[in-house]
Amino acid sequence: MTPVRKKRLLLILALVAGVGIALALVLQAFNQNMMFYYAPKEIKAGKAPANHDFRVGGLVVKGSMQRDKQSLEVRFDVTDLTETVTVSYTGILPDLFREGQGIIARGKLLPDGVIEASEVLAKHDENYMPPEVASSLPQTPPKEAK
Amino acid sequence: MISILTRWFHRLASPVWFYRIAGKLLPWLWALFALLLVTGLYGGLVTAPADYQQGDSFRIIYVHVPAAWLSMFVYMVMAVSGAIALIWRIKLAEMVLVSCAPIGASFTFIALVTGALWGKPMWGAWWVWDARLTSELILLFLYLGVIGLYNAIEDKRMASRAVAILALVGIVNIPIIHYSVEWWNTLHQGATVTKFDKPSIHIDMLIPLLLMAGAFKVFFVISLLLRTRNELLERELPRQWVKQLVEENAND
Amino acid sequence: MTEFFHMGGYALYVWGSLGMTFIVLLLNIVLPLSQHRDVLRKAAEFHEWEGRDEK
Repeated sequence: MTPVRKKRLLLILALVAGVGIALALVLQAFNQNMMFYYAPKEIKAGKAPANHDFRVGGLVVKGSMQRDKQSLEVRFDVTDLTETVTVSYTGILPDLFREGQGIIARGKLLPDGVIEASEVLAKHDENYMPPEVASSLPQTPPKEAK
Repeated sequence: MISILTRWFHRLASPVWFYRIAGKLLPWLWALFALLLVTGLYGGLVTAPADYQQGDSFRIIYVHVPAAWLSMFVYMVMAVSGAIALIWRIKLAEMVLVSCAPIGASFTFIALVTGALWGKPMWGAWWVWDARLTSELILLFLYLGVIGLYNAIEDKRMASRAVAILALVGIVNIPIIHYSVEWWNTLHQGATVTKFDKPSIHIDMLIPLLLMAGAFKVFFVISLLLRTRNELLERELPRQWVKQLVEENAND
Repeated sequence: MTEFFHMGGYALYVWGSLGMTFIVLLLNIVLPLSQHRDVLRKAAEFHEWEGRDEK
């Protein structure tokens, strides 16, 4: 490589590295805001914002689902396998919503510690398999939801 | 050894040679693409079983995932061409660079739209501003930026240099897209195939996915050859070899 | 066969995704090919003119 080309190469590498470092710092600063949701343990630790909407993510506890008989309201517990919070929601749930699955709910924290959700999204995991295979698997507890 | 390599490198970069070899390669690439596409689609839509949670909607994976992979792969090709164009001032690298952008933008667009069509029934939302989706949207804007900047500058050699720098700077977005699902809590699920332990997808579902990924990759090469060929003719219009080509075509 | 097209109730999403994908891919072939025809025509015209100048 000629000296001129070597100089150009170094300049380019420096440019990309510089922008990369700058961006890494920016992302570091915004780290909290980049989090799409909070885990129940973070909410219990008081990290969730009190004055505006935030999202909670975790697994729906098996057997915790309660439907209100008069309205579309549902109540269920969300866990990260350390802490559990209760979510109440009025509306239609996504197709993938089921007990034991990961979900993300957006809403605010009521004084009694219940999260009143205005939106519930289902988070699907990275596993893909046919139903026969799924039912033949041993019932292992799901890995800790992030 | 090095000298052989450099000679080969420069020969590859010779316009005439590239034009001829592209013409010869295309029929083979078309055949390979057709084969991969037909087997991949048949496997994905017919023989692969429905998913235990997502039912048949998971079949969107067969266009969504290859498009998303390619959206990043094309960007890498584009950025590497940009670096070659800047360092060695090889014209062909400039042409590959600008030809990559519309193809990459198309793949990114496909990944975003099919993702929305998957997200609506599965997650319950067409779009969310999580780290994965947002960084993929930024990728689309980077591609559109490259296209826009190239067209905005009259002198094409100057324009190539400008977009090469833009493409290189934008490369920091690629690891962000890939690792976004690990670094932050996202609604988008984690990696399935490219993680280090064994892929968490059933083999009957995985094989069609890999076939489709192959089909998309071959498609990228085809489209890239077509576009680069045009760019080459456009820029070298007055040259002797183009004249020869025109005469040959007239005699056919 | 109807079951295949029905896609377990997700027909709109699955076929919508596939249809959109193939339209975009098709454009990535059709546009460069028509551009190729145009540039070849342009080249032919250019060299024809050049040829006249030489005479």
